Amino acid sequence: MNTGSMLMNQVKYVNKAFWRNPASAFFTFSFPLMFLVIFTSLLGHHNVQVSPGRTIDISTYYVASMAAYAVITACYNNIAIALSIQRDSGVLKRTRGTPIPSAIYILGRLIHAVFVGVVLVIITAAYGRLFYHASIPTGAPLLEFLVMLLVGTMAFCSLGFAITCVIPNADAAPAIVNASILPLLFLSGVFIPITSTAPAWMVWIARIFPVRHFTLGMDAGFVGTSFNWMDVVVVAAWAIGGFLVSYRYFTWEPKR
Amino acid sequence: MRGLKKSYGRFAALRGISLDIRHGEIFALLGPNGAGKTTFVEILEGYRHRDAGEVWVLGVDPDHQSMALKTRIGIVLQSSGMDRYLNVAETVEMYSSYYPQPRPVDEILELVGLETKRDERVLRLSGGQQRRLDVAIALAGNPELLFLDEPTTGFDPSARREVWEVIKNLRGLGKTVVLTTHFMDEAQYLADRLAIIANGSIVAEGDPATLAGRDRMVATVRFSLPEGIAPPALFELSAQTGATYELRTAALTRDLHELTAWALGAGVELADLRVDRPTLEDVYLELTAEVTSPASTAREP
Repeated sequence: MNTGSMLMNQVKYVNKAFWRNPASAFFTFSFPLMFLVIFTSLLGHHNVQVSPGRTIDISTYYVASMAAYAVITACYNNIAIALSIQRDSGVLKRTRGTPIPSAIYILGRLIHAVFVGVVLVIITAAYGRLFYHASIPTGAPLLEFLVMLLVGTMAFCSLGFAITCVIPNADAAPAIVNASILPLLFLSGVFIPITSTAPAWMVWIARIFPVRHFTLGMDAGFVGTSFNWMDVVVVAAWAIGGFLVSYRYFTWEPKR
Repeated sequence: MRGLKKSYGRFAALRGISLDIRHGEIFALLGPNGAGKTTFVEILEGYRHRDAGEVWVLGVDPDHQSMALKTRIGIVLQSSGMDRYLNVAETVEMYSSYYPQPRPVDEILELVGLETKRDERVLRLSGGQQRRLDVAIALAGNPELLFLDEPTTGFDPSARREVWEVIKNLRGLGKTVVLTTHFMDEAQYLADRLAIIANGSIVAEGDPATLAGRDRMVATVRFSLPEGIAPPALFELSAQTGATYELRTAALTRDLHELTAWALGAGVELADLRVDRPTLEDVYLELTAEVTSPASTAREP
């Protein structure tokens, strides 16, 4: 079997197992959509200021935010937790004893996570379009959006691999993953819009970590703010950082 | 397999081991927990690197050509999970897809007796069935050599039997099997040859029936006599508890003949007449006790 078909084959099995696992299917797939419905139903038709002089309907804001959130869960949470469980139960060690190249195995997971992320973005955008008349980016903004989506999925996958290096066992995985991502999601305005009254320390934290930059890039096409290539650069830097950490510290055998 | 030798000196774990495992045999490495069994097989499998010595597995050095070796061996680890949400057939198909010349999935499932479970999710299999699936996965690439690390540890007797039958079947395929275990009966039942490892060293090696000369060792004859009957003065008895006598002899046939001739002549029934040879377990306990005595275990970290 050649490399390409081996890879697609691997994606197929990861996908099968993903949908049959109630926990991964629920938290990864249903959570973002559920939040979208809850937030938009609860907060209704307020206006929110997204940039000086530009206010939009809050439902449009959440369509973009939840699309970003969906990508982060599909990539970061999903990969980190699934791999920790696989490492702990010895699936990774078993795989290591077979001739499948490590890169194919890892890429199979990555492609699947990106696939789930993209499907979620499409569903979220369609939902927003249908119920909130959210504008779907076209032309150059669409291209910019896709670049950010691609770089973002890579970054959150790569950080998902990297975080497994500090996760001691499968039981600790959900706690460490959530503790590392949830505060950032709040500080980066994913759940609650960050307005000009936000404290400076919060703004700084948001500037350092990739979540805010990713969300801004994803929002731009939807809410009509300006797209900033610097956001892409910061997220890409995190992708590279995550890759380097994984490359050096990733282990295939359970940590005991 | 062209023969496999290793001598090597990792402190405490393995202290210089030399072994040849022949093509087509089921070879058991028997030893107590912590004796170095897993370290030993994981070096052969390519998971660990040796500190010293030479290793050849199927003519290949696992340290340097692990990829070439991986396509030709099958590994059942001591404990390793699989994706619980795939079914049996999918699991074997997935692992088959990693190998250049896989064995047909249906054939494998039949070999391990899981053909009726092919659509069952892994999480619904019993322990014995999961272990058979482990073997199925190891067979996926149609390997020449199979490693089984403690294949039945922690199983109830019927699950152990299930797994044993599967391993016995492998002999018919001409596979070489390297098995580690701490069960005497398992080694005795399955292995063509075995080695006993204790504290990182091989203490005995050979055929299960004749290991360490146990077929030629002193036998013990036990019998009881009715009240009031004195034992014959034909030979020196080695022990007596109540009316039960014990005779240790290196010339079993002759002594047994004399004893029964005396009994027939005297019209005495020898109740509980029994002849015991040292079992594999006796030999094993004796051999492993020597090396795990307090003096040598004190060096363990």
